[in-house]
Amino acid sequence: MTTELGHFALILALCVSLVQAVVPLVGASRGNLAWMAVGRNAALTEFGLVALAMLSLMHAYVTNDFSVINVIENSHTDKPLLYQITGVWGNHEGSMVLWVFMLGVCSSALALFSNNLPPQLRARVLSVQGMIAAGFLLFILLTSNPFLRTWPPAANGQGLNPVLQDPGLAFHPPFLYLGYVGFSVGFAFAVAALIEGRVDASWARWVRPWTLASWCFLTIGIAMGSWWAYYTLGWGGWWFWDPVENASFMPWLVGTALIHSSIVVEKRDTLKSWTILLAIITFSLSLVGTFLVRSGVLTSVHAFATDPRRGMFILLLLLVAIGGALTLYAIRAPALKGGGLFAPISREGALVLNNLILSCGCATVFLGTLYPLFLDAVGGPKLSVGFPFFNRTFAPLMVPMILAVGVGPLLSWKRGDLLGALQRVWAAYVAAAVAVLVAWSVTHRHEIFPVLGFGLAAWTGAAVIVEFAERVRLFRVGFGESVRRAIHLPRAAYGMTLAHFGLAVSIAGFSASAFDSQVIATVHDGSVLKLAGYELRFMGVERVPGPNFAGNRSTVEIIRSGRVVAVVHPEQRFFPVQQQTTSETAIRTNFLADLYVALGDGDAAGNWTLRAYWKPLVPWIWIGAIIMAFGGVVSLSDRRWRVGVAARARRRPVSVLQPAPGE
Amino acid sequence: MIAMRRLLYLVPLLLFAVLAGYFVLALRPGYDPHVLPSAMIDKEAPHFDLAGLDGKGLALTALKGSPVLINFFASWCVPCREEQPVLMRLANQEHVPLYGIDYKDQPEDAQKLLAEFGDPYRRVGLDPDGQVGLNFGVYGVPESYVLDSTGHIRKRFVGPLTAEEVNKELLPLLLALRK
Repeated sequence: MTTELGHFALILALCVSLVQAVVPLVGASRGNLAWMAVGRNAALTEFGLVALAMLSLMHAYVTNDFSVINVIENSHTDKPLLYQITGVWGNHEGSMVLWVFMLGVCSSALALFSNNLPPQLRARVLSVQGMIAAGFLLFILLTSNPFLRTWPPAANGQGLNPVLQDPGLAFHPPFLYLGYVGFSVGFAFAVAALIEGRVDASWARWVRPWTLASWCFLTIGIAMGSWWAYYTLGWGGWWFWDPVENASFMPWLVGTALIHSSIVVEKRDTLKSWTILLAIITFSLSLVGTFLVRSGVLTSVHAFATDPRRGMFILLLLLVAIGGALTLYAIRAPALKGGGLFAPISREGALVLNNLILSCGCATVFLGTLYPLFLDAVGGPKLSVGFPFFNRTFAPLMVPMILAVGVGPLLSWKRGDLLGALQRVWAAYVAAAVAVLVAWSVTHRHEIFPVLGFGLAAWTGAAVIVEFAERVRLFRVGFGESVRRAIHLPRAAYGMTLAHFGLAVSIAGFSASAFDSQVIATVHDGSVLKLAGYELRFMGVERVPGPNFAGNRSTVEIIRSGRVVAVVHPEQRFFPVQQQTTSETAIRTNFLADLYVALGDGDAAGNWTLRAYWKPLVPWIWIGAIIMAFGGVVSLSDRRWRVGVAARARRRPVSVLQPAPGE
Repeated sequence: MIAMRRLLYLVPLLLFAVLAGYFVLALRPGYDPHVLPSAMIDKEAPHFDLAGLDGKGLALTALKGSPVLINFFASWCVPCREEQPVLMRLANQEHVPLYGIDYKDQPEDAQKLLAEFGDPYRRVGLDPDGQVGLNFGVYGVPESYVLDSTGHIRKRFVGPLTAEEVNKELLPLLLALRK
C-alpha cells in the first residue's frame, strides 16, 4: 500500500513540477504576479511529494517488503537496519530518487529564502528548477521505477553489495548529490539571467552563496568517497582517476572556478558572460557525470547496473538541458556588457588565471576520462588512460595555480603590484626552501617531483599566513590593534584564508604518498614483519560471526623498539548471500602517518597473506579537504549574505558595495 | 567584428554538439566497453613449444584434436589466486581440459603456488620471458583463451574468470565446440 502511495506521489510530483516549470515562466514574461507566485508553492509541494516517495521507499526497505523488485534486488532480512535504510540509495533507482529529493531540498530552500529576489528573476529561477525536476522525475518513472512489484513475493532479498555496506559509503552519496544538485541553482540563475538579459553585482551576490554551499557539500562528498576507497579497497590507494571519481571531480574543478569568478562579478561588475558560462558548465558536468556513470559507456569499478535505454533517456535530457542553456547563451550572452576594466596584474587578473587553469585542468580530466570513448568512435583500439596520463598532465598544470594562490590575494583590485607582493611573501620562500631541503634529506627515495610538492605546500601555507598577518597588520601596529582588526575582518576573509590553507595541507598529503613503504608476505602465527621502523607480529586469526557475514578476524601487534604500541585487527568478511568477500582494513594513525594493515586470503594450513603499508601524511589529504569545506562554511556565514542583506545592498548604488576582503 | 564576437559565443554549443555526437555513438547497440576484443579471435593460435613444469613439455601441436582452455597465470599475481577456486572447479567437476602457461615467472615459485593452492592444470608450460604471452596479446595475467580442436582462438577472457562467466559463456562455448 505505502509503495503504491510512493509511486503515486512521484507521479503527482511530476505533474506539480510541470506546473512549476511552465506557469511562473509564462507569468514572468507577461508580468502576471499571481502566476509568478505559483513557483514558490509548487516547489514546496513538489518537495513534499518527493519526500513522501522517498519515505515510502524507505518503508518498503525497513519492513522487508519482498514484493517490491527494488527491495528484492538490494536488501535482505539479515542486513543491519542502518544498511537497510542507506540501501535505498545504494542502487540506481533509489539513488535517482535521492537525486530528485536533493533537488527538492534546493528548490524549496530557494523558494523559502528568495523573498528579496525581484519577482521575475525568482519566478524564472524556480521555473528552471521545475524543468530539471520534471526531466528527472520522468526519467525515474519511465526507465528506473523503484516501486515496481512482482508476484509472488520473493522469500528473501539478494542483499546489498557487501562493499557498499560501510558507513563511509552509506553517507557519501547524500553529500555528493547535494553538491551536484546544488549547482543546479547556479545553473537556474544563469539561465534566468540570460532570459532577462541582465547580470549585475547583486546577481552574483545571490548565486555565490548557493554555489559555495554546493561546493562545500561536494568537497566533503568527494573526500568521503576517497577516504572510503582508501580504507575499504585494501590496497591503500585514495584516488584512482576512475570515471566515477572524475565525474565528481570535474564539477568540483569548474565549481571552484565559478566561486572565484563570481567574486569578480560581485566586486568589479565584469567577467559576466564567462561566469554565466561557468555556472552552466558546472551543472552540465554534473549531468554528464550522471550520464557516464549510469549509461555504461565507460568501464568503472563502481558502475551501477546499466541499461542502454536509460543512457538514451539521460542523453536526451542532456541535449535539452545543456543544449538549451548553451543555445540561450549563444544568443543572449554577447549582449551582456562588462563593467570595470583591469590590468593583467591585479586581483582580477589572478582570479582569471585561476579560472583558466582550473578550466584547463577540468578539460584534461575530461579528455582523459572520455578518451576511450573518443578513440573507440573512430575505430581505434580499446584502452583507457590511467594514472600516468593524469599525473603527467593534470599535476603540472596545477602548479602555476597553486603558486598563484599564494600571491593572488595580496594583489589589489584593478592594478596590482606583483613585485611588491612577491617581496611581502619572503617568508614563504624560506618556508618552501626549508620544506624542500627537509623532504629531500628525510626521504630515502630521492624523487624530485614529490619533494617539490612539499615545497609547493609550504609556499602556499606560508603565503596564506603572511597574507592574513598583513591584513591584521601584525607587527606593524600594536598586538592589541592586530587582534581588534582580526575580530573585525569579514568572515569571507577568514573563509578564504582557511580554504587556501586547507589546499596547502592537502597538497602536502598528496606529495607524501610517493614516500610510503609496504610489505606483502605470507604469514602464520607468530610471524614478524618489519615496516618503517615498526615490527608487526601476526598473532593468528579467529572466526567471528557477523549479522550477515562470517568474519576472519586477525590480531596483529604493532611493536616499536621492543614495546607493543598497538594491537590491530584487520579482518576479512565473507558474505554468503552474495558469495563475496570484503576486506576490513585496520588503520592506526597519529595524524602524521598511517599504519595500514589488510588481511588477504588464507589456506587450510593457517598461512595468511598480510599486506601492510606505512603511509606518511596521508590523513592530511582529508584533513585539508575538511579545512577547505570549513572555510566555505565560514565564508557562507558572512554578514553580507544573511537573508535580507542582499536586498538592502541592491537598493544602494553598485559603487558603494561592501569593501572587498582585501581592502 | 560583432559577427565574429557572436561566433565566439557559439563555441560552447558547438563543442557540446560534438560531444553529444560521441555519446550517441557510444550508445549504439552492441557497444560494450567491458569487452576487450582480441585481434587474434578466430585466427590460428601462435605456435609454442614450451618446457614444462614437471619435465613434460607443452606444445600447441599436442593440444589439437579437442577444444581446450589455456590459462596464463603467475605466482606473483594476486588475482590469479582469486581465480584458483574457479579453475579447480573447472578441472575437477567440469573436466575441462585446462592447460596453464606460467607467465614471466620462476618455476620454483609456480611449483610452490600449485602445491599450496592446488593444481588444476593437466600440464603447465613455462614462459619465463613472456614471449608466448606477447604472441597471444596478453594484457596482464590472468587471461584465458579457448582454443577449438583445430587450434584456432575462439574466445578470450581478461582478468580472473568468474563463476558467472564460466556458467554463461565458457561452458556453453566448450559444449558447442565439442559438437
